Amino acid sequence: MTTPERFIKESIRSMPPSGIRKYFDLINELEGVISLGIGEPDFVTPWSIREAGIFALEQGHTHYSANAGIKELRKEIATYLDRKYKAHYNPDNEIIVTVGASEGIDLALSAILEPGDEVIVPEPSFVAYKGCVLTNGGTPVSLPLKEENLFKIDPGALERAITNKTKAVIIPFPNNPTGSVMTGPELEEIVRVLEKKDLLIISDEIYSELTYGFEFRSMATFPSIRDRLILVNGFSKSHAMTGWRLGYVCGDARFVKHMFKIHQYALMCAPTVAQYAGIEALRNCDDEVSDMVGEYDRRRKFLLKGVRDLGLKCFEPQGAFYIFPNITSTGMTSDEFCEGLLREEKVLVIPGTAFGDSGEGYVRATYASSMENIKEALERMERFLTRRKGN
Amino acid sequence: MREILEILEKNSKATTGEITAMTGYSEAEVADAIAEFEKNGTIRGYKAVINWDKTDRDFVTALIEVKLTPQRDKGFDRMAARIYKYPQVRACYLMSGSYDLTVIVEGAGLKEVAMFVSEKLSVIDGVLSTATHFVLKKYKDGNILLEGKEDDDREAIVL
Repeated sequence: MTTPERFIKESIRSMPPSGIRKYFDLINELEGVISLGIGEPDFVTPWSIREAGIFALEQGHTHYSANAGIKELRKEIATYLDRKYKAHYNPDNEIIVTVGASEGIDLALSAILEPGDEVIVPEPSFVAYKGCVLTNGGTPVSLPLKEENLFKIDPGALERAITNKTKAVIIPFPNNPTGSVMTGPELEEIVRVLEKKDLLIISDEIYSELTYGFEFRSMATFPSIRDRLILVNGFSKSHAMTGWRLGYVCGDARFVKHMFKIHQYALMCAPTVAQYAGIEALRNCDDEVSDMVGEYDRRRKFLLKGVRDLGLKCFEPQGAFYIFPNITSTGMTSDEFCEGLLREEKVLVIPGTAFGDSGEGYVRATYASSMENIKEALERMERFLTRRKGN
Repeated sequence: MREILEILEKNSKATTGEITAMTGYSEAEVADAIAEFEKNGTIRGYKAVINWDKTDRDFVTALIEVKLTPQRDKGFDRMAARIYKYPQVRACYLMSGSYDLTVIVEGAGLKEVAMFVSEKLSVIDGVLSTATHFVLKKYKDGNILLEGKEDDDREAIVL
């Protein structure tokens, strides 16, 4: 072997590229594509947060921060988690400010995984869970979520999936890509299973602010599992701050101190200017957040109705900013549907298979897009489906 | 039902069907609510926000600070009515602070507005003084930016 690839370790070399990649390449060839494909807010960060970032720059806050993050921000995070979810973490030693919530997921996994360790990953879900398990040398084990269960975790299925190799389980609600959310009582049943098992629980609550007609319950509010729960959250979805790269990870101090070692060597600290902006976000932006949530909710209803009016079966998502219609009635696979829709009508939605094999038969469309775009996309989808029916 | 108002405040062209889809109310409920809002005066009208600077129309806006002597019994309301009934007056607000009314006037040119102030406004009984400020540029009106916009520059990313 003469290529530098020979240095790449086998587990990385054999990782397939993301299934979404080819659609991005296609988009670049086409003009006038309407994308309901990107999983990030279309809103620009609220002005007062941007202004706080500008002010931080003017003040010369251009240095590293403390490894765990600016103390003031950690305190704000603790206050916010208490105020919003009644979750309690000590800002001194139970919170690390991370480079996006995704760093938090990676930190937790890299702190625990040894070769052969398995991590239960509910599917379909965010592509990075499986990816991070693999890059950290673990083995992902899929726990398929089913439409008939509204894409929630079935406690019995969870219990059956846990083996003596299971090191951790990921709890991903509100869920990307399905938009599913689990209620407090439903989570209680999950917790009852987890109580009996000796494993780490990683709860990714990045979409916790984006729920509709629904009181979100954080996994961090269950005392019986608190000492082995890692809570991951951040600013990207709630405050439309994706590009700032700002998140946080919370847990028992005895666990967090080990994640802290990895964080300080790999990343040192989250971007300092972003951290100052984050303080403003948590302190003064509840109104901006609820305005965005209100707008998402209107678009959610509009897109859901639109898709159902096209004759597609679609369960009602109560969180995040995605709908996950069932497209099996069209006779197409997820991939055929998405490629056809993109080539013929220039609308991008993502095949469910990008989020795991159990996503076959579904596509993910986001309503983090303007109402005009959503309207136009629905019209184009109607043309596409009518044409396909005619054939 | 307040949500219907919020939608219309942002986009008065939203159709009953669209509002129905956005809110989950039935089409009849939305239509009835809008009819009721129009009838009871909650909705006072529908209009477009226009940046006249983009057109060749000659057009100036002035903000006039007006000091008044309040009248027995009627306070400022009657005085205000005598002013805001002029069609040139686009907006009229009673203010706290060092003057009493903010009057926003539009006209074809500086001269027209100046004439309105000197011949119509300042001669009204009870108007003590006026101070006229001409608007040089409108950046934002009715919560809508009149120039530029923040484009959707999101890039394709795997997530």
